[in-house]
Amino acid sequence: MSNVSKMSFEDAMGELEKLVGQLESGNVPLEESIKLYERGDALKKHCEKKLAEAEEKVAQITKGADGEATGATPVNYD
Amino acid sequence: MSDLFDDDGGNAPALSVSQLSGAVKRVVEGEFGHVRVRGEVGRVSRPASGHLYLDLKDDRAVLASVVWKGVASKLAHQPEAGMEVIATGRLTTFPGQSRYQLVIEHIAPAGVGALMAMLEKRKAALAAEGLFAAERKQALPYLPEIIGVVTSPSGAVIRDILHRLRARFPRKVLVWPAVVQGAKCEAEVAAAVRGFNAFTPGGALPRPDVLIVARGGGSLEDLWGFNEEAVVRAVAESEIPVITAVGHETDTTLVDYAADRRAPTPTAAAEMAVPVRAELLATLAALEARRVAAMARRLEAGGQRLRDLSRALPRADAILAERQQRLDGLAMRLPQALLGFVQQKQLRLSKAAMRPMMLAQDVQHRREKLGEAARRLPQAFLNLVAHKRQDMGRHALRSAPLAREIQFNRKNLEALERTRQSLHYKNTLKRGFAIVRGDGAVVTDAKTAKKAAQIELEFADGRLKLGAGKPKPAAKKPVADQGSLF
Repeated sequence: MSNVSKMSFEDAMGELEKLVGQLESGNVPLEESIKLYERGDALKKHCEKKLAEAEEKVAQITKGADGEATGATPVNYD
Repeated sequence: MSDLFDDDGGNAPALSVSQLSGAVKRVVEGEFGHVRVRGEVGRVSRPASGHLYLDLKDDRAVLASVVWKGVASKLAHQPEAGMEVIATGRLTTFPGQSRYQLVIEHIAPAGVGALMAMLEKRKAALAAEGLFAAERKQALPYLPEIIGVVTSPSGAVIRDILHRLRARFPRKVLVWPAVVQGAKCEAEVAAAVRGFNAFTPGGALPRPDVLIVARGGGSLEDLWGFNEEAVVRAVAESEIPVITAVGHETDTTLVDYAADRRAPTPTAAAEMAVPVRAELLATLAALEARRVAAMARRLEAGGQRLRDLSRALPRADAILAERQQRLDGLAMRLPQALLGFVQQKQLRLSKAAMRPMMLAQDVQHRREKLGEAARRLPQAFLNLVAHKRQDMGRHALRSAPLAREIQFNRKNLEALERTRQSLHYKNTLKRGFAIVRGDGAVVTDAKTAKKAAQIELEFADGRLKLGAGKPKPAAKKPVADQGSLF
């Protein structure tokens, strides 16, 4: 099983969904289901963390003489 | 005379070729100093000079035309062969070759139909290259960290995008300002898409996970930059997935075909770029509830099964009771059985009681054996002595051979003594010999005798010393020699 902290939100969410389905099926041996439950906990926390990182930051590229990017400055278009 | 002169022209004066060409030039340039002409573009040539030579034609006539360099570089649409155009300019003649041509000051596709026809042709060419192929399309990331936007920094488009992003899932946004209309549009938009691709992920200028190329609504002419090849190629080659939103929903530009996703509006592009955070939170919460409930059910089901099984299990008391009973039964019988055993053995013992007769028999038996042995003993001893004596008789010493041996040895000894006596030197002396000793040692030659200081003669009846001097000191001569050594 891959390291949860390095997973993308989509992968983590997808695995969580699959895992809950397995748990709900009831076909998994008890010990396995405890492992699934604990992994599900880690996946859930990871997803929550990703969702918590919801901050808007807008910057505009500054261009040099030839139109190449030289940097970026925060900007507000409102 | 009439044969000599063809006088049909009367007496009108004849013009020179130059005069006539000049007159034609004045008329043509005067009459057609500003004309609009519609036709199809024929052969086009672009020599290194930068001027543009082309033919305008319809089904019956051809008009040679030229666009001077300064004008050609400013055209919004470069004429292409087959394009229906309206050209504005003036006619001029070229007297040296008896030609005339149109000097074009402005040339543009003849209406929307002509532009669309040109667009179709370009689209077909780019599609043939595979730039629009479905297998080139990349999937958009589900939740991008950074979104790159290529659009005009002024206007509603960027605001629409940011508003929608904020409402759905606030993210980091990098805006690459670009002119989205006119001659510079093509180059700037293409440079922006390539520029974003050149960023490194996580760098000072971080590479976006998805790009939005957007422009608000406008005329076909306004949006034309997004049909240009440079923009189409830049988007098709982008390694970052690209969403395009150019113009209104009904407008489709070639860049839309090259994009990974086409959005009808800039707002829709923002919706494609990010999921709705609130929905994800809700989905996650629902999954979490299901996870907990499923586990609880799983445990409950396991508990129930355990209880069921334990009910079906026979009770320990029941299993033990029967065995306990058997044990009790056996335990009760044990003392009785032991008693019986002892009695049985006692009975046997009493039957086979110890009587004196039993011992007496044994003693009698052993006594008989002893008596028998005692009877045989004297005879056996005599036998043994006789046997040993016989043995000794075989090895007994006899005196006769020993006496013979002694006699023989004694004779030998006497013979040897006689020989010894006869060989003794004193017997030799008796026969008249004498022993000469010089200074105590036996002397056997005259030379030694001469050197000796004292001579002694031994005869059979005694010794006689000759010469009175003392023996010469042996060390005398070596002392004399010592001087010469030094």
